Amino acid sequence: MSGMVEKTGKATWLIHLGLIIGIGIVCFPIYLAFIASSVTQAELVRPPMPLLPGDQLVENYSRALFSGINAPVWRMLVNSMVMALGIAIGKIIISLMSAFAIVYFRFPFRALFFWLIFMTLMLPVEVRIVPTYVVVANFGMLNSYTGLILPLIASATATFLFRQFYMTVPDELTEAARVDGASPMRFFLDILLPMSRTNIAALFVILFIYGWNQYLWPLLMTTEPEMNTIVMGIKQMFPSGDDLTDWPLIMATALLAMLPPVLVVIFMQRLFIKGLVDTEK
Amino acid sequence: MSTVTLSDVRKTYGKTEIIHGVDFDINDQEFVVIVGPSGCGKSTLLRMIAGLETISAGTIQIDDRIVNDLEPMERNIAMVFQNYALYPHMSVYDNMAYSLKIAKLDKSEIRERVERTAALLQLSDYLQRKPRELSGGQRQRVAMGRAIVRKPDVFLFDEPLSNLDAKLRVQMRLEIRKLQRDLRVTSVYVTHDQVEAMTLGDRLMVLNDGYVEQFGTPIELYEKPATRFVADFIGSPSMNILRGTADSGAITLETGVRIPSDTQATNEVDMGIRPEHLVLSDSGCLGMETGMVEQLGSNTLVHGFLTGTRIPLVASLPGVHSERSIGLALNFDVPPHAQHVFDSKTGKRL
Ligand SMILES: Nc1ncnc2c1ncn2[C@@H]1O[C@H](COP(=O)(O)OP(=O)(O)OP(=O)(O)O)[C@@H](O)[C@H]1O
Ligand SMILES: [Mg+2]
Repeated sequence: MSGMVEKTGKATWLIHLGLIIGIGIVCFPIYLAFIASSVTQAELVRPPMPLLPGDQLVENYSRALFSGINAPVWRMLVNSMVMALGIAIGKIIISLMSAFAIVYFRFPFRALFFWLIFMTLMLPVEVRIVPTYVVVANFGMLNSYTGLILPLIASATATFLFRQFYMTVPDELTEAARVDGASPMRFFLDILLPMSRTNIAALFVILFIYGWNQYLWPLLMTTEPEMNTIVMGIKQMFPSGDDLTDWPLIMATALLAMLPPVLVVIFMQRLFIKGLVDTEK
Repeated sequence: MSTVTLSDVRKTYGKTEIIHGVDFDINDQEFVVIVGPSGCGKSTLLRMIAGLETISAGTIQIDDRIVNDLEPMERNIAMVFQNYALYPHMSVYDNMAYSLKIAKLDKSEIRERVERTAALLQLSDYLQRKPRELSGGQRQRVAMGRAIVRKPDVFLFDEPLSNLDAKLRVQMRLEIRKLQRDLRVTSVYVTHDQVEAMTLGDRLMVLNDGYVEQFGTPIELYEKPATRFVADFIGSPSMNILRGTADSGAITLETGVRIPSDTQATNEVDMGIRPEHLVLSDSGCLGMETGMVEQLGSNTLVHGFLTGTRIPLVASLPGVHSERSIGLALNFDVPPHAQHVFDSKTGKRL
């Protein structure tokens, strides 16, 4: 690989310079947010804008975490975490099993079911949000974790992905398991599931971030600040009247909101690179 | 200790029949090889015995149980697949132990059986490895081990050696034969390689296009092929087959050559003669224009054509001969006792 990329000295420098500038551009807003979360409101609004960290870091973050504006940020982080984990894990379990049914069993209207699932791919949350709201409200699930998670828990994309993966698993393996006396469920748990773990890890990252970043649905269905998720909660922190916007607090919250997805990516990346090295058909 | 009996077994996919009524008995502890060209239905037949493929008609019996509707597990068979079909995420130990775990055997019993089998197959040092950390031959052994630990009534093999290189194939062939002898388990082995078939099988079944052409010992098939197909298929190099008309103690080829024969037939026939049965003789009736010469050490293969035609002929001469010492033309005697005469229409032996 190195041979392909290797360039003469000057070119390498240029490339690195370009990359560094690129990273600078991408990171600058985040850096600004960090600076803003470490100074006082007064320092922040007085031009010129500060470019070096202030001394209010601990103060701002603990204020955000434990009191916040409408609800303490730790509470919103927990809510988001429950929702994102619920959605990611739920979606993975459901799609693993529905793909298993579609690929390995012959039942009436199998193709119809597959296409029905496939068609829901074309309907994003926003399109069906009003009827979903009515249903959830009638079930009395507003302001509950169940209400946050359940409507988003089915995933055509993940089902489709696992279906494609299962279809690459050699038939001989299925047959070997049958000869060994494994029931279909045993085969699923002992063989298919461990073989899918790379896909599961990759999907978990994507789905966790998808769940974490949900905005419209939690906005509609959580009316109590105690149930707000962090992504929508940030928006709720902007005052509606003439009050001053507490920028340091909001910036601290924004950075805290970014943290879990970043950690998930970093942690899972290790896991699925390991998975990539370990599995092989 | 088991016998396998097939009676009038058929397989249809949609409207096409792939297996046309197969009957045979496999004796206890016997090693039967099913051999035939690609697409003739060997795998299908084996998979029907295994229970991986439904049976369209007829019955399959293992011992005195009709197993048509039983799952593979309940038939107590074990199968070795062409691509090994090892579970990629499990260690060698777990691969071998899996069926025993499902059968809910004692942990200690499982350990004991797996270790004994591993020792038998020289896999003891590899038990903790994953399949991808093994060579082709070792994977093959694990696949066999997985079959052996179960102590099945019948072993089924579907071209288990076709992914190995030539040398390893010969070695594994011997190992399989020895294992089967030692374990005394009734076995059915599918291959399209006739050398493998001849060396492994107690009996061979030649399958062609879903029909059984002949079922017998390797020597029977070699010395007394029941059909032209078997004659052509068994033996390397293939038998020479010449078309002619039989009458009163001779066969007249299309070129007018008369070959003395003791056949009673008086119709159009295909006369077969193995390359090693052609006898070099200056006054021989069969003329050959020689072409390529292959020196194999113990014997020499001469490829060529029937004089004046493009009908290929092969002769196997004992000893070493060079292209120069053979010259451009040879004559052979065709000893009547070595001739195989088939009806040219039905292909059946006369
Ligand atoms: N699922 C199926 N549907 C329709 N036809 C099939 C199916 N499976 C196999 N066949 C046909 O049945 C015939 C026999 O197939 P089979 O796999 O038994 O051949 P084989 O003798 O094992 O060949 P090879 O040596 O190439 O493995 C082939 O002509 C194949 O096209
Ligand atoms: Mg086959």
